[in-house]
Amino acid sequence: MWKWLHPYANPEVTYHFVGRLLPWFNRLTLVFLLIGMVWALGFAPADYQQGDSFRIFYLHVPAASLSMGIYAAMAIAALSSLVWQLKLADASAAAMAPVGAVFTAIALVTGAAWGKPMWGTWWIWDARLTSELILLFLYLGIIALHNAFEDKNLAGKAASILTLVGSINIPIIKYSVEWWNTLHQGSTVSKMGKPSMTLDMLWPFMFSFIGFALLVTVLICIRFRTEILARNSMRPWVKNIVLSEAK
Amino acid sequence: MPKTPSPLISAHHLTCIREDRILFEELKLNVSAGDIVQIEGPNGAGKTSLLRILAGLSAPYEGEVYFREQKVKECREQFHQNLLYLGHLPGVKGEMSAQENLEFNLALHGLDSEQAEQTLTEVNLLGFEDALASHLSAGQHRRIALARLWQSKAPIWILDEPFTAIDKLGVSKLEQLFVRHAERGGCVILTTHQDLSLPKEQVKKITLSYRFY
Amino acid sequence: MMKDNMTSVNENIQQECIGRENNSLSYRAAFALIIKRDLTIAFRHRDDIFNPILFFIIVVTLFPLGIGPETNTLSRIAPGIIWVAALLSTLLSLDRLFKSDHADGSLEQMLLSPYPVFILVLAKIVAHWLVTGLPLIFIAPVLAVLLHLNENSYGALMLTLLLGTPVLSLLGAIGVALTVGIKKGGVLLSLLVLPLYIPVLIFATSAIDTAAMSLPYSGQLAIIAALFFGSLTLAPFAVASALKVSTN
Repeated sequence: MWKWLHPYANPEVTYHFVGRLLPWFNRLTLVFLLIGMVWALGFAPADYQQGDSFRIFYLHVPAASLSMGIYAAMAIAALSSLVWQLKLADASAAAMAPVGAVFTAIALVTGAAWGKPMWGTWWIWDARLTSELILLFLYLGIIALHNAFEDKNLAGKAASILTLVGSINIPIIKYSVEWWNTLHQGSTVSKMGKPSMTLDMLWPFMFSFIGFALLVTVLICIRFRTEILARNSMRPWVKNIVLSEAK
Repeated sequence: MPKTPSPLISAHHLTCIREDRILFEELKLNVSAGDIVQIEGPNGAGKTSLLRILAGLSAPYEGEVYFREQKVKECREQFHQNLLYLGHLPGVKGEMSAQENLEFNLALHGLDSEQAEQTLTEVNLLGFEDALASHLSAGQHRRIALARLWQSKAPIWILDEPFTAIDKLGVSKLEQLFVRHAERGGCVILTTHQDLSLPKEQVKKITLSYRFY
Repeated sequence: MMKDNMTSVNENIQQECIGRENNSLSYRAAFALIIKRDLTIAFRHRDDIFNPILFFIIVVTLFPLGIGPETNTLSRIAPGIIWVAALLSTLLSLDRLFKSDHADGSLEQMLLSPYPVFILVLAKIVAHWLVTGLPLIFIAPVLAVLLHLNENSYGALMLTLLLGTPVLSLLGAIGVALTVGIKKGGVLLSLLVLPLYIPVLIFATSAIDTAAMSLPYSGQLAIIAALFFGSLTLAPFAVASALKVSTN
């Protein structure tokens, strides 16, 4: 059943395939992001409780969801790398990790920025933000481990093991942080949960979300192609590409 | 008609890439019982990498290693029972005495650790059994590691520079041991910078060259 | 003539079978072999044992100096201090687990042993815990006195440490196995392992706090026990894979 995927195990084929898809993703990203961000930040109605500062929600929530989605994708890539020895899976995981880390950081910063007008402090130890912080540490750990090895194949295997160990731990960590949060609730009132959204907030949210998802895809595809080139630098087809682009 | 016995250890399409440099590509290797194989080549050509891949310590970029025509990946425990590998590092702990080290090495590989004291005489370490390995020289460490050869029941011996820090008498003793082992149906795959004083017909050579790209 | 052949064939088979028995792979023997060896090495290298314990004591002593000796404050944060100090002290001692074996080639030989790697790995981790975790459990109550820990909490403290320190050793082993081949892997180790320690920390300190209020804390203990059994079964395999990558 998976026979149609076999040619794509060849790095050269995948490199060119992704290269052909990229321009389309670029255009879609531009459209969705532009519409989504302008609508969300400019024209969507202000929240009746939080006012205009609510608009950061349109940045924070996509960033947070994508940070977790990227980790899930990395876990799948790690599994493929370890179980089926797919070298391209290593390259894709290496491509995804920094993007995921950056989006986690964006989620943290926007979460903190959201907190200031709401609770008057720049940081709050609520379950969501704390989990995002730990997720950031996991990402940084994977990136650091990958960079510590000189041989890219070994780096990929080690990073895959760590990603899988982390993915088993993430539900445990999330549960324990949520539980910890309920213990020490103290005087903080509201959580950063999703408020119930009306339709005229839902549309800009969807556009922003899809726009950011496409942005992530574009970034990962570009990085993926670069990783393929870097890992196959000794092959003749890469030399041909480099020489032809140098002309 | 007796069937030709399957090679003890063989490899197909072996490719090794280290830090973006291809060390060797599409290497094919067959070692049968009774073979003594010397891998030679300049420094950095991939001799150690090849031995480590054959022993199963390193994974090749592509290709498979077979033990008696079965993929090593699928019969690891059996392969390990039939393999003896000695690498650059002797695997000797400074905190234990020579005899304790050898006892542990023997027991770890399923051999009789009671033979340790007697085996140390074979490698000229009689009198040093109770000396802590941290007080012994590198050559003595190597001899503790090599002592296992006299007790080993494994047919496949993969040795990376076994003669390092061994004197001439020790080298010839080892060479005799290799010949006896091959005659009994085992095989020896080794690398060495020294010339083997064995007759040329007894030793098969595989040469690796240094590739720049 | 046929009978003679048959007897000699039978004898050969018997010899082979006897040979097999002598070579027989007793998992218990392999486990005991590694533990005996690691304990021997640890006791001949006393520094490795005492340094982490001293670190534990010093870290705990620093907190009153940094925060002030007010009894109520210290008593409130005592569980957290002791557990964080235990985490850090375990982290410090983890290096010992595979580094020296990797450096002198013993680790390679263990990976090539006919015994399954996860047994050897489990034995090493148990030996590590006996030398590192167990002393922490005995010293913690003494330090708890210094921090004015609530009287009702001592039982919870010991139980959480008893169940939790093996988890620290098991999860930490994964981190060490991944970093043993890297130069200066020690700093990276903290980054890899500390996020994994967070659940144990949360539930252990909560159990001790709950005990201080004379409430039952069996729920938290059950979760720590679950973490213990989970890591006991899964960690050795992750460690074995990581070791194979590190000795590549």
